[in-house]
Amino acid sequence: MASLRDIKTRITSTKKTSQITRAMQMVSASKLSRAEVNAKAFVPYMNKIQDVVASIAAGSADTSNPMMTARPVKKTAYLVITSDRGLVGGYNSNILRTVMNRIRERHTSNDDFVILSVGRKGKEFFTKQGMTILESAIALPDHPTFSDIKEITRKAVGMFSDGTYDEVYMYYNHFVSAIQQEVTETKVLPLTDIQPTGSTASYEFDPSAEAILEVLLPQYAESLIFGAVLDGKASEHAASMTAMKSATDNASDLINGLTLQYNRARQAAITQEITEIVGGAAALE
Amino acid sequence: MKTITVNIVTPDGPVYDSEVSMVIAVTATGEMGVLPGHIPTVAPLGIGAVRLKKENSTELVAVNGGFLEIRPEKVTILAQSAERATDIDLARAQESAKRAEALLQANKNEIDFKRAELALKRAMNRINVYEGNI
Repeated sequence: MASLRDIKTRITSTKKTSQITRAMQMVSASKLSRAEVNAKAFVPYMNKIQDVVASIAAGSADTSNPMMTARPVKKTAYLVITSDRGLVGGYNSNILRTVMNRIRERHTSNDDFVILSVGRKGKEFFTKQGMTILESAIALPDHPTFSDIKEITRKAVGMFSDGTYDEVYMYYNHFVSAIQQEVTETKVLPLTDIQPTGSTASYEFDPSAEAILEVLLPQYAESLIFGAVLDGKASEHAASMTAMKSATDNASDLINGLTLQYNRARQAAITQEITEIVGGAAALE
Repeated sequence: MKTITVNIVTPDGPVYDSEVSMVIAVTATGEMGVLPGHIPTVAPLGIGAVRLKKENSTELVAVNGGFLEIRPEKVTILAQSAERATDIDLARAQESAKRAEALLQANKNEIDFKRAELALKRAMNRINVYEGNI
């Protein structure tokens, strides 16, 4: 049996760890609530842009914009949104596993696809796998603004336009609730599945529908990506909160067990001491 | 007086929401004034100031790109970034104007040149809006 002092040391260190995890849980909880606010602020913009894109696409029969037409796929890009650090439970591994499965299903050679990575974990993982990472954004702030990710979205859309790759899939954790996140796969480009909404006015276009689509579609694709980053960030904070909560719970279970063990050992030591004293006294008689 | 609702939205959230009597924006083809009851229109915007006229005052908003959607009773501006005159960080704008100018002087690479030019345009637009001299 471990000595009294050993047990005591373990109890103290476990307590300290649980204090840290509890603090981290609270930090994540407050970050989560801000991330939700940010995601909400983005909704009106997204809705509006979707509305206009849909009504233009419905209004003009000739939608030959290169961003809306599917072309033969020679190269695929995978945009993977992960976190920069660990301690977030299964957040990263879920995404990376899904992406790897998809890649294995679709491709036989590493030359058929490229990776665009948001987040350090994804970058490290794909580098280790020996895959091509064309572009990456790491060390994003906890609450990214549009200008923080403008660079990578602009490049992601730009490289589609100039033919570096012919389709873009995006993977991120969709925030369902504080305890549930879902790995989501979306096809960002080409924009083939724009649903025309029924209740839209027919617009005049200045100068022309084509010219507007040229400005609008890249902006639309970029905002799709930005929305996913915001969603992913909310999920990241939620996952981190859950992971830290279960760490804290485990720590308190451990402390309970150790305290019981400590008390038993203490009792045993006292009993032994009494026995020794009584034995000693009996020997003297 | 008839008014029209104006909404300016960016990915980082709504910037402006109010009733005004006239909107003047810089579109790709030139300046465009919008009064209540305008025919539904969509037009891309350049880098410039949007002027929002109320009964006896004018507000300025610095807008960077995006587009303008007009309906008879409502105007929506969707831009990647937009700032009201009161929210502009003048020091930062001046800083980036200087940086862009230095880049323009130094660099002859075409892509960098274009980017620096755009950056300078944006910075000048912010400074102008802040100072209110449009």
